[in-house]
Amino acid sequence: MNFGYYPGCSLSGTAKEFDLSLKEVLKYLDTDLQEINDWCCCGASSAHSASHLLSVALPARNLILAKEQGMKEIVAPCAACFNRLKVAQHELKTDDHIRINTEELLDTKYSDGINVLNLISLFQQIGLEKIKSNAKVDFSKLNVACYYGCLLVRPHDILKFDDPENPTTMEEVVKATGAKPVDWNFKVECCGAAHSIAHTEIVENLSMKILDDAINYKANVIVVACPMCHSNLDMRQKNIIKHNPGRNKIPILYLSQLIGLSLGLDHKKLGLDLHFIDTAPLIASLSENEVAV
Amino acid sequence: MRIGVFICHCGENIGRTVDCPSVASACANFSGVVHAEDYKYMCSDPGQNLIKQAIKEKNLDAVVVGSCSPHMHEKTFRKACSDAGINPFLVEMANLREHCSWIHDDVPSATRKAIDLVRMLVEKVKFNEPLIPIRVPVTKRALVIGGGISGIQASLDIANAGYEVVLVEKEPSIGGHMSQLSETFPTLDCSQCILTPRMVEVYQHPRIKLVSYSEVENVEGFIGNFSVTIRKKARSVKDELCTGCGLCVQKCPIKKVALSDFDEGLATRPAMYVPFPQAVPNIPVIDRSVCTYFKTGKCQLCKKVCGREAIDFEQQDQLIKEDVGAIIVATGYKLYTIDKKPDESMIKGYGEYGYGKFKDVVDGLQFERIASASGPTSGEMLRPSDKTTPKKIVFIQCVGSRDESKGFSYCSKICCMYTAKHAMLYKHKVHDGEAYVFYMDIRAGGKNYDEFVRRAIEEDGVKYIRGRVSKIYEENGKLIVKGEDTLAGVRVEIDADMVVLATAMIAQNDSVKLAQTLSVSYDKYGFFNESHPKLKPVETSTGGIFLAGACNAPRDIPDSVSMASAAAAKALVLFGSDVLEREPVVAKVNEATCAGCFYCQKVCAYNAIEQKEIKDRQGNVIKVVAYVNSGLCQGCGTCNATCPSKSVELLGFKDDQIYAQINSFAEVF
Repeated sequence: MNFGYYPGCSLSGTAKEFDLSLKEVLKYLDTDLQEINDWCCCGASSAHSASHLLSVALPARNLILAKEQGMKEIVAPCAACFNRLKVAQHELKTDDHIRINTEELLDTKYSDGINVLNLISLFQQIGLEKIKSNAKVDFSKLNVACYYGCLLVRPHDILKFDDPENPTTMEEVVKATGAKPVDWNFKVECCGAAHSIAHTEIVENLSMKILDDAINYKANVIVVACPMCHSNLDMRQKNIIKHNPGRNKIPILYLSQLIGLSLGLDHKKLGLDLHFIDTAPLIASLSENEVAV
Repeated sequence: MRIGVFICHCGENIGRTVDCPSVASACANFSGVVHAEDYKYMCSDPGQNLIKQAIKEKNLDAVVVGSCSPHMHEKTFRKACSDAGINPFLVEMANLREHCSWIHDDVPSATRKAIDLVRMLVEKVKFNEPLIPIRVPVTKRALVIGGGISGIQASLDIANAGYEVVLVEKEPSIGGHMSQLSETFPTLDCSQCILTPRMVEVYQHPRIKLVSYSEVENVEGFIGNFSVTIRKKARSVKDELCTGCGLCVQKCPIKKVALSDFDEGLATRPAMYVPFPQAVPNIPVIDRSVCTYFKTGKCQLCKKVCGREAIDFEQQDQLIKEDVGAIIVATGYKLYTIDKKPDESMIKGYGEYGYGKFKDVVDGLQFERIASASGPTSGEMLRPSDKTTPKKIVFIQCVGSRDESKGFSYCSKICCMYTAKHAMLYKHKVHDGEAYVFYMDIRAGGKNYDEFVRRAIEEDGVKYIRGRVSKIYEENGKLIVKGEDTLAGVRVEIDADMVVLATAMIAQNDSVKLAQTLSVSYDKYGFFNESHPKLKPVETSTGGIFLAGACNAPRDIPDSVSMASAAAAKALVLFGSDVLEREPVVAKVNEATCAGCFYCQKVCAYNAIEQKEIKDRQGNVIKVVAYVNSGLCQGCGTCNATCPSKSVELLGFKDDQIYAQINSFAEVF
């Protein structure tokens, strides 16, 4: 199988381990990624607060490049990239005014026709059966909290992906690895997102509630599909525990890392040593076939 | 032809913008016009007399009136002309008010337009033919579909007026949603106590034929002459033999096999059951999907104990035919249940409320069952999960209603009232309990309605919070309700023991199918459409079919009952005469040119086109042509527009009439 690949800035920077693990897993599953040549920033949350046109034109440029390079389906693992690409597609399709301005700005014609996949829909395409049949490690005692955040499922009218209030597609992928998804409360609650920089206390407060609920529902690990969510839940966790004592740590993995673990891939190649919250105890307990609570 | 033109000022409505005397004098010069005059109020008695007088004096044989919309006074002027001896279909109206004076302000150009409008109709009327009203006989018998409170009321009214009624109910018992309710607003009288006597009255009425556990399968015919096919579903019990002793139900060994529909899934029932003790008819049904005999071929305990030998495992669905003259649709509503994935794409659900996931998040009808003395808790306020008394309860209004992004844009109308009632009933039973209501607005329009809500707030201490709830989740055995108080501008979190969602009232699942069977129109939500929102609220687009209750729009009991009586009155008006007169504005086929392609049959929304064989003298079929059933035809003209050989024409609006009208306008340019 072959997909176009739009890594975005996070996967080539702060979320390096997301990129590593995804490529490692896909290699194992005989799936090729072809990176879009000369891709640029998707605009993320900055562009649309500065200029509406720019927030559409940046993803539009990447979509046009993908098409020129003969791609039909592209994978955008970062939830924000996925969201921006989909929103841009929607606006270009429904708003002639913005399409004409974008084409003028880019000096190219835009035409629809690229299918943008997120991490979950990528694995759905590859086939959950393939993950299931290749799983090597016994995950039967592993309780997983699937955390979607906001950008993967909202706005529903545009993304048309899963139930925005109670999504369940990530749970299906997790089940394929043999792990047990927990039925918890906060899978689409806000983690505080970009307030991480300017209002860290807001992020700590919101992320704490998410971590608490996952632990409350006996999860051993939280699995995410968004670099922003990961950064808030993982990087801010030490300070959350420092400011609110008496709490346990919980490792935060990318969905691709969890799949990699189940396939028995090398931990280092999956970037499991690159997290702030140590993943070693979790990995150790898995290899002993016992999961620490 | 000798045509008379009469221009009305409509007080100042037309006269202000249109120079009526000039219009009249301009019209006097049109060819064929032998008389033209204007008058302040042409519809008044003196105005009508002017027309009658002119017809006699000038020997007119056609009339054009330039006044308001034909919707307003076409009947008036046609009647006046008819009294003076002119066929009413040789009278035309030019709409100088809605189409001219009301929408323009420049007098000279509005006057020119008025002259054009009148001239067009002068040219049309030259091609008009005298038409004779269609007379059809009336079967003085009504079909009522749906045995809820609306259907019951309509049936009783018609039967008490002396006419026969066939009442069809799809469930094993009549009673509808009202039979599930505990108390009713705004008086808190017991729902069953006021309903069950009426149910019994229906059953015992000599002129009402109750056909329960049945559905309308097909409807043919037209106003005054419907032929209805009803599917009587197999009960597995012979209703003519059963006495309703209930022994079979008692002895059925499969006690708790299915969730009770009547108790909204909060209780179970046996495979052999009567929906509720006061059911009418009191005849049990075997649920074949769970019955041991139907699954394994063994048991037959019910058959053994039945002294009347009424159990019939072999029973099949039966099709019965009924001839009726009027149909009243009273199929009611259902509640939006958000736990089951609804198939309509317009619903996106309320996953954040956890309905279907948390046992103690229930909907309005489930709360009715909990509050009802005949319910699963015998009226004791116990929550479903652990059967304890909730000390803190939250009611959320507008779940699905007034919410375009997730539900429906309309207001369900009854929820403000029933939520106030629920909160009140709760406080009356749990004195130390706290009740919260999240609302968007309180809509309590109705006699003693607002007083009722005030009573809940002021006397019973129900706490009303204006705002929406964003999420409900479970934490340490409590349901945490996160919302916003938009009046105080603060976020609210309530650790509740139970939550009641006032979910939207929606159309029945099969309402669209039934609407198509009946050829009546429906809105985008599946509710049946009335013919006119103000002046014909119980009529449908199809003659002889009337609406009652919540199948038309969300409606409470008093409104449903009023509407049912209104629908009954409309049916009785129909039964008041032996023969029915209809406007002859219907399609007519030219059998000589019709090629029998039947495109017209495919496009007809009213099933009015039939196939007719043309035979030679020996009786051999030469060809098959289209034939318009003038009883069914509503004169929409779709067949006329579709016919490739121009062989169907709409009487009163034939092609030559319309072309004359258009050509006379084109001549100006």
